[in-house]
Amino acid sequence: MALASSGGSAAATQRSWFRKNRLAIAPWLFLAPGLIMFFIYVIAPIFQSLWISFYAWDGLNEKVWVGMQNYQELIDDDRFYTSLKNNVIWLVLYMLAVPLGLAIALFLNQTVTGIRLYKSLFFFPFVISQIVVGLIFTWFYNPDFGIVGVVWEFFGAEPPAILADERYVTYGIIFAGLWPQVAYCMILYLTGLNNVSPDQVEAGRLDGAKGWTMLRHVILPQLKPATFIAVVVTVIGALRSFDLIAIMTQGGPYGSSNVLAYYMFETALSEYGFRYGYGSAIAAVLFFIMLIYISYFLVRMYRDEKGGL
Amino acid sequence: MFPTPIQKAPVLTRRAYTIALPIALFVWLLPLIAIFLTSIRPAMDINSGNVFGWPSDFLLIQNYTAVFEQSPAGKYILNSLKITIPTVILAVGLSCLTGYALAVYRFRWALPLFFVFVAGNFVPFQILMVPVRDLSVQTGLYDTVTGLVLFHTAFQTGFCTLFMRNFIRALPHELIEAARIEGVGEFKIFWHLVMPLVRPAIAALSVLIFTFIWNDFFWATVLLQGDHALPITAGVRALNGQFVSQWQLVSAASLLAALPPVAMFFLMQKHFIAGLTLGATKG
Repeated sequence: MALASSGGSAAATQRSWFRKNRLAIAPWLFLAPGLIMFFIYVIAPIFQSLWISFYAWDGLNEKVWVGMQNYQELIDDDRFYTSLKNNVIWLVLYMLAVPLGLAIALFLNQTVTGIRLYKSLFFFPFVISQIVVGLIFTWFYNPDFGIVGVVWEFFGAEPPAILADERYVTYGIIFAGLWPQVAYCMILYLTGLNNVSPDQVEAGRLDGAKGWTMLRHVILPQLKPATFIAVVVTVIGALRSFDLIAIMTQGGPYGSSNVLAYYMFETALSEYGFRYGYGSAIAAVLFFIMLIYISYFLVRMYRDEKGGL
Repeated sequence: MFPTPIQKAPVLTRRAYTIALPIALFVWLLPLIAIFLTSIRPAMDINSGNVFGWPSDFLLIQNYTAVFEQSPAGKYILNSLKITIPTVILAVGLSCLTGYALAVYRFRWALPLFFVFVAGNFVPFQILMVPVRDLSVQTGLYDTVTGLVLFHTAFQTGFCTLFMRNFIRALPHELIEAARIEGVGEFKIFWHLVMPLVRPAIAALSVLIFTFIWNDFFWATVLLQGDHALPITAGVRALNGQFVSQWQLVSAASLLAALPPVAMFFLMQKHFIAGLTLGATKG
């Protein structure tokens, strides 16, 4: 044993040296293609955008350095404030998707015949493109031949033109957006409910907990991972809202339904001449709002990693 | 199980539940039902105000063929496929590699790089828009399917890496250790040992990315211009302008656009849901 090891030790050292290096080099070879692509198209553009936001640039001619001017313009821009305000409304009201999704999940968490099909059909709206959702609701809201018109006339009232009225338009679009988002939260909660420990539910029942108390003290704590993801995807969905606005109102009437995502697009690629610099400044604001949530998500993830999961 | 199984409830509650279920579903899917009925209506119905009632005639085939005849819908759908399928293959392929690297090797950069992928996946599209568009113009990739596919691939690699890395990390590490001791090369371990085990993850990601890319509208608008490359989502918007007040045709086109992801979801439901929960709950 001792002899054998002394004879093979030189070769072993060499082999382990190779192995050590192999283990150091291999991950970079595996990473390279994906990392390079991700760097070119995602990481670098973030910094480029922040940089461009200090320039005036129409995308054709030379960039002109303007320093903080784009941001100064933002401070006096009413349309920017309208968009920002609407983003806040989106964030708050979109959150309704989380409890509504939970409610539907609780309603469907039964074992009756055909329930699987019911669950899939309830999930349907999420799979459909937001463009299609937007078209459907645009048509629903049409006061002349939409369902809103039918309902209002049934009650003998003059139907409101939801998408043409500055007071209602944002709420109308959010309502359309909630439809698929509720479906998403529902499916997250259905999966979560599947994993709720039956023992704890039984123990809770023995302690006399039922209904609300059970939900609050036994079920919801166990649904925490589902709630976390539901909140994250809902926040991101709210801040990314673009498709619905593009198809339903294009920010109108008079910019009253604009959000930062759409306002940025509209400004940067405006038909009256591209404003890449100003657009990038709007994007930067949106980015920093999102960064709050991204950091929160990463901190949570980091804690889970360190906790060993 | 929570809530209490309905079978244990009084008969009356049970009855009520059985009745409530289809009604709830009907209300929930009302928008889709309405749009389907509209898509098979004659134009006359809509003009005469019969929008939500029973169609006076069923023109399923006529209306749907009209969409293809009077608009480039066929071309749009083909473009969507040309954009979606390569993106799915490339993004899932790349993330198998990155996910493996970040899950299996213990090196200093593993966690920071993983977080870069995760964070990048959540950034608003607008912060990428100007540079990506400019890059595409500079490299001649603007208004080409290739340009859009390259961007989608890169962006989706973030989400796919998040998913793959977590999935591979949950595999028993001893398997890989054992193979290394046997002297199996790193790439062989990846290809022959790990790849067969991550098939469920590949399936989940494929259906999910297919749906995301098929439904993309923003990037198609930013990076494409002409009918030769536009996908169906952007196409439906164009059709909406073209078929003014021909709601039966707009509805038919919308449903055509929605069909492939819906079919995908129904065929691969289990994988789809596993993907949506970000792999957080192993349900």
